[in-house]
Amino acid sequence: MATLVNGSATADWPGRYFHIDQILDKPGPRTDPGFAAGAEAPFLRDQAKILVIGAGGLGCEILANLALTGFKHIHVIDMDTIDISNLNRQFLFRSKDVGKSKAIVAADFIMQRVPGVEVTPYFGKIQDKGDDYYMQFNLVICGLDSVEARRWINATLVNLVDPENPESLKPLIDGGTEGFKGQARVILPTITSCYECSLDMLNKQTAFPICTIANTPRLPEHCIEWASVLEWPRVHGDKKMDTDDPEHISWLYKTAASRAKEFNIEGVTWSLTQGVVKNIIPAIASTNAIIAAACCNEAFKIATSSAAYLNNYFMLIGTDGIYSYTFEHEKRADCPVCGGESLDFPISMEVTVEELIDMLIEKQDIQIKKPSLSTPTRQIYLQAPPQLEQATRPNLEKKVSELVPGGGEVTVTASTLPFSLSLNIIYN
Amino acid sequence: MIKIWSMKKDENAAARKKPKTSAAQIRVQKDLTELDLPSTMKTHFADPADLLNFTLTITPDEGMYKGGTFKFSFAINTNYPHEPPKVKCTQKIYHPNVDLEGNVCLNILREDWKPVLNLNSVMVGLQYLFLEPNADDPLNKDAAQEMSKNRDQFLSNVKISMRGGRVASNVYDNVLAS
Ligand SMILES: [Zn+2]
Repeated sequence: MATLVNGSATADWPGRYFHIDQILDKPGPRTDPGFAAGAEAPFLRDQAKILVIGAGGLGCEILANLALTGFKHIHVIDMDTIDISNLNRQFLFRSKDVGKSKAIVAADFIMQRVPGVEVTPYFGKIQDKGDDYYMQFNLVICGLDSVEARRWINATLVNLVDPENPESLKPLIDGGTEGFKGQARVILPTITSCYECSLDMLNKQTAFPICTIANTPRLPEHCIEWASVLEWPRVHGDKKMDTDDPEHISWLYKTAASRAKEFNIEGVTWSLTQGVVKNIIPAIASTNAIIAAACCNEAFKIATSSAAYLNNYFMLIGTDGIYSYTFEHEKRADCPVCGGESLDFPISMEVTVEELIDMLIEKQDIQIKKPSLSTPTRQIYLQAPPQLEQATRPNLEKKVSELVPGGGEVTVTASTLPFSLSLNIIYN
Repeated sequence: MIKIWSMKKDENAAARKKPKTSAAQIRVQKDLTELDLPSTMKTHFADPADLLNFTLTITPDEGMYKGGTFKFSFAINTNYPHEPPKVKCTQKIYHPNVDLEGNVCLNILREDWKPVLNLNSVMVGLQYLFLEPNADDPLNKDAAQEMSKNRDQFLSNVKISMRGGRVASNVYDNVLAS
């Protein structure tokens, strides 16, 4: 390959996008009605701004695929640094990069390798960024291994949707792998089922009964759990275990190994210890490649209107041969993030909390008994338990306007509601 | 770019931005305000503004632990209800299913936890441990052995331990006070 000095080779050469332009220059039987032949390619290359969350196993594949299909404005976030064990599959990294930021090294690598692509890294947490940051993108692709981070970005993008602003709806393409299994899905926040809607489909991480761990260990995993669940807090008290701290893992390993010896159990190793306490499922490069390709294919189709996109859940099972299944995961009415009802609630500045509660109970169309109310930052009135009822009771006499700003949200829960109701308080 | 906005249905068009209250927070509010506890159980919040950390007091009114006041700390994290609450007994008690560090052997606190369960189910499960201790799932092995081999001695050990006495090499916390 020719050596290109970073930044100097922004011009495209003839035929660079020959194959991709076959798809973008003319409509086909599967193109979206909004497809504009000739206008999609410039949008893809000049305007479309895409965010990649995670620069690990999936992220490396995703970044390469996006750059090669013609996305030119890519941002990438990852809080991790490169570990030597990543090098077998996270192919944007080399031994010399160990210890450096995944996002920064991946961005530099892509920019060196694919001329004219601008990759902007952020070495940090997705939670560091606010709505303004996420608003700038047309699309978001996630290649994460953490449920918590996925739930956060999912909730953030659902919350970002502003009924007055079409630009606020950001399609989220989520990829995930576990060994030989994986899934890719398209989430259109507030329109389709969201990540939270499907949380009950997650494989539960295996937990062993605590009494087995304590008394009758049979597996190396039992010894490791004994060290982490029972011995760590007993020996270290309130000191939190940090599964990213090699010293902590070493302590757990030694403790587990001596217990294993006592019970004649074989197989406790340093890496198994790390695997059990971090709940690591071995990553398989080929699964990552397939799922990343599926995700990037969806990003391309959505960004260019060139074909129907995934509706909405693709599942890959490679454990026994290859099996894939695509289905429409349905939105859950009681989803805590995208479900539940939301009501505009106009009241006067003079209305007290008690009067607001009476108004809710009297509202025929929502059928609420004994509502409990809170805002994102404080409790307004809780019906139970007694201590909390007492603590919040003084608020009953207060005006709602003293506790909730105009346009502020009040979350209402009640046993008669499937999950919760959110009120958008408007003062008149 | 696909015009996604046009797919928003009319009823959705009225949908507002959801509050920033976390799903865990809402679910805990729902669980706590809908608790249906017998008079033998009470919750206490050290900081009433913090719903995620509190104490549960159980005062069994029947069975061998009758007369004691047993305290459990609850710590709920942001992954609730996908992860169970972390529950520990804050006293040193003599019980087959509770170890000396306060770890509790209750299946729904670990291997059998499901998001459809709630705080009420956990609390009821804890109370049940005092009515029907289970020698088959021991965390305090000595207590479990005593319970299945020599029930009278076990009952007497329970009484002694609850007064703050010594059983074998351990001195237990007095749970009759307060
Ligand atoms: Zn949802």
